[in-house]
Amino acid sequence: MGASTAIASPRQRGGSRTGKGASPGRPRRARDDRRAAWLFLAPALAGFALFYAYPTARGVYYSLTDYSLLNDPHFTGTENYRQLIGDDQFWNALKVTGYYVVLNIGSQMILALGLATLMHRLTRSVALRAMLLVPWLVPNVTVGLLWMWMLDANLGLVNHLLGAFGVGPTGFLTSPTWAMPTVAGINAWAYTGYTALLLYAGMLQIPRHLYESASLDGAGEWRMFTRITLPLLRPVLALVLVVSLIGSFQIFDTIAVTTKGGPVGATRVIYFYIYEQAFTYFHMGYASAVAVILALLLGVLTAVQMRLLRASRSDLA
Amino acid sequence: MTSTRTRTGTGTGTRTRTRPTPGRILAWALMTVALVATLFPFYWMVRTALTPAADLYSDSTGPLPQHPTMINFWRVLGLTSQEEARAAGGSGAQVDFLRYLLNSVVYSGLIAFLQTLFCAMAGYAFARLRFPGRDAVFGVLIAALMVPPIFTVLPNFVLVKNLGWLNTFAGMVAPSVLMTPFAVFFLRQFFLSIPREVEEAAVLDGVGAWGVFWRVVMPMSRGPLLTIGLTTAVWAWKDYLWPLLTGREEETRVLTVALGIFQQQSPNTQPDWTGLMAGSTLSVLPVLVILILLGRRLVESLNFTGIK
Repeated sequence: MGASTAIASPRQRGGSRTGKGASPGRPRRARDDRRAAWLFLAPALAGFALFYAYPTARGVYYSLTDYSLLNDPHFTGTENYRQLIGDDQFWNALKVTGYYVVLNIGSQMILALGLATLMHRLTRSVALRAMLLVPWLVPNVTVGLLWMWMLDANLGLVNHLLGAFGVGPTGFLTSPTWAMPTVAGINAWAYTGYTALLLYAGMLQIPRHLYESASLDGAGEWRMFTRITLPLLRPVLALVLVVSLIGSFQIFDTIAVTTKGGPVGATRVIYFYIYEQAFTYFHMGYASAVAVILALLLGVLTAVQMRLLRASRSDLA
Repeated sequence: MTSTRTRTGTGTGTRTRTRPTPGRILAWALMTVALVATLFPFYWMVRTALTPAADLYSDSTGPLPQHPTMINFWRVLGLTSQEEARAAGGSGAQVDFLRYLLNSVVYSGLIAFLQTLFCAMAGYAFARLRFPGRDAVFGVLIAALMVPPIFTVLPNFVLVKNLGWLNTFAGMVAPSVLMTPFAVFFLRQFFLSIPREVEEAAVLDGVGAWGVFWRVVMPMSRGPLLTIGLTTAVWAWKDYLWPLLTGREEETRVLTVALGIFQQQSPNTQPDWTGLMAGSTLSVLPVLVILILLGRRLVESLNFTGIK
């Protein structure tokens, strides 16, 4: 679109500015813009080549070797992948990650949707939105430490309050049963406000008069929510869900601080497993193979995200 | 740009005056619960940071500390002697959160500034300049979105290590400063939305592409540039794994890494909670400053970084 104007502007420039090129009109102008483009793109292209393309190729290569950070890589073919299929810890990591994602995304999306609806129907206050955003602005490391302290079995406030109701001290982060739901809850706390604001932004796109006329027709809030908000929010909701899923699969910081994968592997999610294999045991080749699997998984989700991004634009913008 | 856009989205008739019905009261009550749940842990963090470590067993549940003290802040900032720090509950290990705080500011500042600049340049080239293969190159660059960070972290670590850049700011920021697919994509979208006439006027004055970009396009893009810069700064501020791998040493240690190391240095079975909460408070303070100075911008930036 707008191709004719796009060509018009550089041409005029090429004509008025440079008189040095001896070659006739057309090729000279094209070359002029190309040179400017190189200048504009050089940093980004260098960054792409050095830190995206090259490492991606490297990563795939490592996954086919016995590279260990201490020794040079030797090509071993699909050995790592074969090992992976028989690796209980790998399957456990996948399972545990899935469990985390379900708990985390489930609670986070429901809470965020509720919170966004409340904001949408009650107030436009920027101050309120800013306050709800604070947990997302804080490093996950801080969030993890903060909740570790709140949930501490001996001195933590939560156990103290539970004690008032006769509940004995619970090691939320040290019990194999509770550790994962606790981590999922901590991260839901950290991301609910942020997610709610994204959904809220989507709700602002819904024409107000729909609510006004529904209200005149005597529809209650619940009816408006199910008949207007939810259906019209669907594209945005889908997009936010996929973006949150992608983030959720990559949980690392909170676990690295609070449980370190324990107790007995109950929170050793896939990202943490890769980290451990690569930097605790120096199994760089094997870690890369696990990373390839995670990348494939996330690649599918990202492809869905890009489709939704296009779809939501055509729907709402 | 941002604010006008939001306002049109909001509609002009803002809010119909409503009487306080039971439903509305309930809704506000729920909102209050959400706010308290969001902010209370931060209050508790500060409260603990102001408590003397020796009081922690006897005084860990009241709304305010019985003997408030700043000693935990002074000792994590490295302003007390080792003996004083140990007496106040520290492990005796050298901690200097003032330095980590500065390192964090340098780390996120460098990344936010350079990444925004380089991505704006690239975004502009993809939006306006004519050169062969433009859309194909753009497509390939955007495809980098499909590569999850953990996948590039391992080879990038090896690369930075082989370059001898471990524990230097150069090595820590290198993978993030040159470009990120999302920022290129986002800024290109914005540049496409600028009316061409504005640039054409400058072109008629004989200004080249470089001049148009700096003198016309950049000044009128302050909003989106700030949006990308801010979200990038927040992301870098929160970053943990990469600086942990590449910048553990004192000279380049950022706050998140320092908190993780500080946690592991705890001397007794019980972590040094008062010191940890003081350090945590320090990691929240700059966020509050940003929120107070640029809260509206930050909140409204979510309107389009997430969705648009």
